[in-house]
Amino acid sequence: MTFIGWIQIALFCAVVIALVKPLGWYMTRVFSGERTFLSPIVSPVETVLYKIAGVDSRSEQDWLRYTVSMLIFHVGGFIILYALLRLQGALPFNPQGMTAVAPDLSFNTAVSFVTNTNWQNYGGETTMSYLTQMLGLTHQNFLSAATGIALAVVLTRGFARSSTRNLGNFWVDVTRATLYILLPICIPYTLFLVWQGMPQTLGAYVDATTLEGAKQTIAVGPVASQVAIKMLGTNGGGFFNANAAHPFENPTAFSNFIQMISIFAIGAALTNVFGRMVGNQRQGWAILAVMGVLFITGVAVCYWAEASGTTGLNALGLTGGNMEGKEVRFGIVSSALFAVVTTAASCGAVNAMHDSFTALGGMIPMINMQLGEIIVGGVGAGLYGMLIFVIISIFVAGLMVGRTPEYVGKKIESKEVKMAMLAILILPLMYLGFSAVACVLPSAVASIANAGPHGFSEILYLFTSSTANNGSAFGGITGNTFFYNTTGGVAMFVGRFLMIVPAMAIAGALAEKKALAPSVGTFPTTGGLFVGLVVGVILIVGGLTFFPALALGPIVEHLAMTAGTLY
Amino acid sequence: MLKEIRPAIVVLIALMIITGLAYPLAMTGIAEAIFPNQSQGSLIVRDGKVVGSQLIGQNFVSEKYFHGRPSATVGADPADASKTVGQPYNASNSMGSNLGPTSKALVDRVKGDVDKLKAENPSTPVPVDLVTTSGSGLDPDISPAAAYFQVPRIAKVRNMPEQDVRNLVERHIETPFLGLIGEPHVNVLALNLDLDGVPAR
Repeated sequence: MTFIGWIQIALFCAVVIALVKPLGWYMTRVFSGERTFLSPIVSPVETVLYKIAGVDSRSEQDWLRYTVSMLIFHVGGFIILYALLRLQGALPFNPQGMTAVAPDLSFNTAVSFVTNTNWQNYGGETTMSYLTQMLGLTHQNFLSAATGIALAVVLTRGFARSSTRNLGNFWVDVTRATLYILLPICIPYTLFLVWQGMPQTLGAYVDATTLEGAKQTIAVGPVASQVAIKMLGTNGGGFFNANAAHPFENPTAFSNFIQMISIFAIGAALTNVFGRMVGNQRQGWAILAVMGVLFITGVAVCYWAEASGTTGLNALGLTGGNMEGKEVRFGIVSSALFAVVTTAASCGAVNAMHDSFTALGGMIPMINMQLGEIIVGGVGAGLYGMLIFVIISIFVAGLMVGRTPEYVGKKIESKEVKMAMLAILILPLMYLGFSAVACVLPSAVASIANAGPHGFSEILYLFTSSTANNGSAFGGITGNTFFYNTTGGVAMFVGRFLMIVPAMAIAGALAEKKALAPSVGTFPTTGGLFVGLVVGVILIVGGLTFFPALALGPIVEHLAMTAGTLY
Repeated sequence: MLKEIRPAIVVLIALMIITGLAYPLAMTGIAEAIFPNQSQGSLIVRDGKVVGSQLIGQNFVSEKYFHGRPSATVGADPADASKTVGQPYNASNSMGSNLGPTSKALVDRVKGDVDKLKAENPSTPVPVDLVTTSGSGLDPDISPAAAYFQVPRIAKVRNMPEQDVRNLVERHIETPFLGLIGEPHVNVLALNLDLDGVPAR
């Protein structure tokens, strides 16, 4: 670890924190239906759109109708994407002549992009036509992100409103998230990325004759427009197979820095939206503080582990940390930081191969996802994951001191706690259950690339990432098999919707309650005690569920590595 | 529920056209106008022929060129298209080795490379980036240490004074953005192009 490395990490945190208030202020205005500087341009488009859609932008939905609208929207998105994948061979914008994607891989990919996971059992530059990348994948990158923002806003409204069933209008929220927030940021962002060296062209791959006379075919494409929303929407699906490690998908250390910022920007600002809507910004800062504690701890461990290198390579006299699977322009610190950022949010883009990380360095991304990507959360799995843990913490605090559990003026009762527990339990059920099945199926075990405990880690990482809708991978595993395509698809689906539906039910129940004025018996939720309590509950609840599995994978691998064992 | 079908179809299709077609196509047009070089892949053209991209590494094996990092990319086997074989710096199939921290295959491969480099330049410690594969398999850069490490070989093969080669390397070191973000690095292709431009003595 170096001093300058820590300065980079500090600078990253400073920029993210500086963006929280302005972005939070802007997003609060957008979702409160107030005028913004973009209204003169976007508002007419909105009006026409609602008219054709038959949507009255002032009429609101209750939680059930909101949820049903969202589910129908997802089904439609799935059908469009699946059709595009199957038909791409016959459609335009296909200079490389890519053929139809196989049915099981299309199913996996369509579920993956609709659920904001962006798990990829394919290499982009060898599989997808430009039309699929734009109309299929870029489109879903926007919509799954807009949905995530909308859901975070609805849960916030549940806390902020009282004695009502109205939680907002899904069609309005999703349209506004896309047209007022995501798209306007993506336009200058795309141009920045091209400036840094990212291709943006519809031309065919380029054949070069290298200095030594060999032929090199260089894959290009409309990369920048997709990468902008891939990062901002915490989607993470790469245009190329190597994702953000590819020099065309992340040309410079500067582009890398901005990409990391864009993963966190909206997720961090949503805490401020929460604070503003419930009428006390300090409530938002307290949640961000919980996230910050967990984040910095993860960064410190991962950075330390990667900078320490592996016993096997250090024994050969190599110094400078674990550079296998990392790019020179990023080095150790930007790679370790990126890995923690991308899994703390539901992004899943990678700028280094997580499979080649040290055992402990690779364990941090796994823990981040197994906690439910609650640290900043990002856009896809948004604020709602963290708020669910807050509900559990408030309940625990109430039990401990005999106070009535309440949070931002709302009584937390049995229905909310039951729903929160359902959402929390569904994650381990998926990733532990499927990992166990995969471990006893010879055909599934045949997919792993590394022997020993690392092979188990590859399986565990796959189902963790799928369930948590992250999409990063221990990439050595061959995921493009019938077993992983289908089970991974199911894990992504369940991990998304069995989180969302309970969260929506909580929002509905909360909104119907009366607002309580804080009394002397109210547990203060803006101070250090609250932050410590939530961190503790997260680590205990999370740790109890996944520690045994981690012990079989990264922890035993670390011990084997320090003992000099190779597999 | 049926009431929600119409808005679903309209909003999906409208946003699909805006974000999936209008946005990427408009961005392509603007990017090609403002950044004609970058938008096409930062290609390097010599005598009317594309010799590579500034951002994509090449598989240098000749003694007279600086070498990049090992690459784990594969390509179709020319003898049997259904199989893949190692094809370093295949810029249409990016990938890393994905070998883990306790992989015997990784340690054995690196040991072989370290031994070879030690024989070439026994006096300098082997830089780690010169024996590890990158995440993309297309890393265009090496560390300054990895470039300096190869100076004696280049000077000998090209019959140049070592100091001249060193100076050339020094000119090609790109420093971190604002002196803070990223790591110092040397673009191997740019360095080799420059090297070809220097006449041997």
